[in-house]
Amino acid sequence: MVMESNKLLEVTGLTMDFGGLRAIDQVDFSISAGEIVALIGPNGAGKTTVFNCITGIYEPTAGDVVIHAPGLAPRRINGMRANRITSLGMARTFQNIRLFPAMTVLENIMIGRHCRTSTTILDAILRTRKSVRERHETIEESYRLLAKVGLAEVANEFSANLAYGAQRRLEIARALATAPFLLLLDEPAAGMNPQETRELDELIVRIRADEQVAILLIEHDMKLVMNISDRIYVMEYGKGIAQGTPREIKENPRVIEAYLGEEVHA
Amino acid sequence: MTHFKRSLVIGLWFMFLALPLMVVRVNTLNHEIEWRWANMLWLGFCAFALAWFWRASTERRAARQALGVAAGRPLLAKLSWAQRLSDDPALSRRLLLIVAAAALIFPWVVSTSQNFYHVNIMVSALIFVVLGLGLNITVGLAGLLDLGYIAFFAVGAYTYALLARNFDLGFWTCLPLGGIMAMFFGIVLGFPILRLRGDYLAIVTLGFGSITKIVLENSEELFGGAAGIAGIPRPDLFGLVLDGREKSLYSYYIVLALVALTIFVTNRLKNSRIGWAWMALREDEIACVAMGVDMARTKLSAYALGAFWAGLVGVIFAAHNNFINPDSFTFMDSAMILSMVVLGGMGSILGVIIAALALKLLPEYLRAVAEYRMLVFGAVMVLMMIFRPQGLISNLRRKYERAPADESDGHGK
Amino acid sequence: MDSEYFFELLCGGLVKGSIYALIALGYTMVYGIIQLINFAHGEIYMIGAFVAFIVSGVLTLTGYGGPTVLLLAAVIAIIYAAAYGYTLEKIAYRPLRAAPRLSPLISAIGASIFLTNYVQLAQTPDFLPFPELITDFDFMEPFSRYVSSVDLVILVVTTLTMIALTVLIKYTRVGKAMRATQQDAVMARLVGINVDRVISATFIIGSALAAIAGVLIASRTGQINSAIGFMAGIKAFTAAVLGGIGNIPGAVLGGLVLGIAETLGAGYISSAYEDVFAFGLLVLILVLRPAGLLGKAVKQKV
Repeated sequence: MVMESNKLLEVTGLTMDFGGLRAIDQVDFSISAGEIVALIGPNGAGKTTVFNCITGIYEPTAGDVVIHAPGLAPRRINGMRANRITSLGMARTFQNIRLFPAMTVLENIMIGRHCRTSTTILDAILRTRKSVRERHETIEESYRLLAKVGLAEVANEFSANLAYGAQRRLEIARALATAPFLLLLDEPAAGMNPQETRELDELIVRIRADEQVAILLIEHDMKLVMNISDRIYVMEYGKGIAQGTPREIKENPRVIEAYLGEEVHA
Repeated sequence: MTHFKRSLVIGLWFMFLALPLMVVRVNTLNHEIEWRWANMLWLGFCAFALAWFWRASTERRAARQALGVAAGRPLLAKLSWAQRLSDDPALSRRLLLIVAAAALIFPWVVSTSQNFYHVNIMVSALIFVVLGLGLNITVGLAGLLDLGYIAFFAVGAYTYALLARNFDLGFWTCLPLGGIMAMFFGIVLGFPILRLRGDYLAIVTLGFGSITKIVLENSEELFGGAAGIAGIPRPDLFGLVLDGREKSLYSYYIVLALVALTIFVTNRLKNSRIGWAWMALREDEIACVAMGVDMARTKLSAYALGAFWAGLVGVIFAAHNNFINPDSFTFMDSAMILSMVVLGGMGSILGVIIAALALKLLPEYLRAVAEYRMLVFGAVMVLMMIFRPQGLISNLRRKYERAPADESDGHGK
Repeated sequence: MDSEYFFELLCGGLVKGSIYALIALGYTMVYGIIQLINFAHGEIYMIGAFVAFIVSGVLTLTGYGGPTVLLLAAVIAIIYAAAYGYTLEKIAYRPLRAAPRLSPLISAIGASIFLTNYVQLAQTPDFLPFPELITDFDFMEPFSRYVSSVDLVILVVTTLTMIALTVLIKYTRVGKAMRATQQDAVMARLVGINVDRVISATFIIGSALAAIAGVLIASRTGQINSAIGFMAGIKAFTAAVLGGIGNIPGAVLGGLVLGIAETLGAGYISSAYEDVFAFGLLVLILVLRPAGLLGKAVKQKV
């Protein structure tokens, strides 16, 4: 039972066309405070496009994306610029890792603090009290988050030199640095070995508790999804086809069909 | 043996390419044809030798690397001297002191009251150092490829020339005005175009640069047309009357101070919220915006700040030369400043300074280099992109220690 | 308004525009396949004009003349431009296929500067008189106010070239491979297309077209120098962007629109600012409609 006032993100009738192609068709979902929600579906179902629509990378063709930032009035964010949405408190990672390769691990995270600080060019040149304080806070907070994802030892390495799994965790920490209330993870376990995936599982749950964020994730690793999700939405061919608790989803015939294709019927 | 054969083919191919352009020269005035077969042979031989050497060395390197991997040795454990320097603030501070002292006494060592040629050359070189450092903000740090940067230099120079001629304003009044004017142009032009993709942005800025030059050339009454503006006053020093050498020395110290200021400001910005955002934008625009950085504002600030330095130093250029015309503001100048940034290493202050000094001073002192200067520029730009895209001084790692904020507002423990 | 004057300008613009279109095709084809602004393309055009100048100079000085010289000069110019284009791609662009986007562009700028100065050093920085190889046709006498004989040759040759190019792209193996690579280079490689060879072919064809343009424009203006490639290159790039870069009919349309706009602007407003019109148009198009007249806006994949 989720109370209306706890909703953080409400998406209704979300539709996205590329030229003549409808990538997402009338998708509805919502996330409430403290939840971990998974968005699953076969490749090409439009999951990443949903992320791009709600984070301002694309402007949706139709539908409403409304966020209820804590302490603020609900806002419709369709077509809002991506950096504004991040400032409002929604941060994301990318399916095909997009770190800043020629910057160090620590610097990558410090970028996340950009929208929470306000040092201007003049502040930086004159090294005003504010800029010194903000810089100090930025570094402290970044080190704290690095420790959280277990990357404190490599803080001064170039991010391009990190192993794959470490890069994924760095992306999560970078998103967390923007102090979001809702964290969107696009296939966080992709390319990780089973050991790393298990650790990721714990990390996500820990992040929810420590940082007080709700989490929406796209993931193909069903074990991870079933382990940590409170609720699951399933998409196929751009449409939402099912939703429910992990147990309900596991037994939903529509979902089994979508995943196994025609074979079940044949 | 196949190496030899393939290199031979390459040599022959270049001889073929050289055939019309390097061998034949038709003199249409006295109807003669000049045949320069030696050129073809030379080129063919050089291409062959280079190709052969190249193939042999890549093969050896591959073999060595395979060996290194087999032995379990790390491939890249060596730190560059620049990285070591940047990691050791005491050492770099000492070095900086030495260089600063040398720069201060330099003009007294190389000039006499009759001969101050070297000082004047150094002034032109330092002007380009400032230009390189300014463009380094736009291209090197923020990754905005600006091919019309020289236009902002022109804005500064003409601002001073016109204000001095028409309103009798002095150098020190005009110096900030030139910078502000260029920055204003940067903001006005940058606003609509900065959302363009990298390569389109390059072409549009190229267009702006060329338009500026054409406008300067064609408006006689306002900008003096192709002949330019003469009789621009030198920088004034409390109304003192300076002789030729003193004027040059004065210009030298002014531009040296500007270089120092540019380094100081760029360095502070590089290590701040603004600089981090610039670099992130250069690395990955989409990720940067998704992390909450305002792309339009960040790009505009880098573009306008780059323009500001060009405007400032433009004023000095006009004052030092007494005379400006549109020929000083061509695409080739923009390309040269760009190659300083590329050569020095995108974003590296030290690298850009070294590259700017090298590119300006070498042609002055080596006649042979002067003739082939642009040819070498072009080739170097291509070769750098292929073999050392990071520039002379590659991207350095900056470390941010978790130390208590001892230099801050009393929070130090 | 004087309609005869207008018509005169229109014809001049059409001729100019068809030359731009020829060069623009090279830009657009290369961009379509490897998303690179081949900044040195204008220099290939200049090299074409220079080779034609040298060949025709040698031939006329040894006593030959007439259309055979023109034809021979054009053929050799095409061969050399193609050879230079091919070599340019191999040296300056191929090693940078996987590099960040700005690296090949900087390399291209370097190549452009290199080639200009190479020709300047190997030949001369001065303007050279290009021989009059196209003699006036008698039947053109009555129209000479609007279209000179050279202009007629230009229009006919460019039209024929474009038809040939269309046939090449639509029906030949190379053309089909080029279209496939343009759509999806990875897929094309998977189905067995040698993408490297397709890219080389694109450079060769584009350079050949530029050489044709070089010979034609040199015959029209009667003079060349080592710096003509820069402006022509920028104009042609403008034409390609105008039509929608990567789009072949777009390049032709863009070239014609640019040529006409420029000539009309020069004729009615001021000839000193002719180049400003071209640059202004480029800036406007890129700011207002970056996809060009015929191009489709593509969403960047994230």
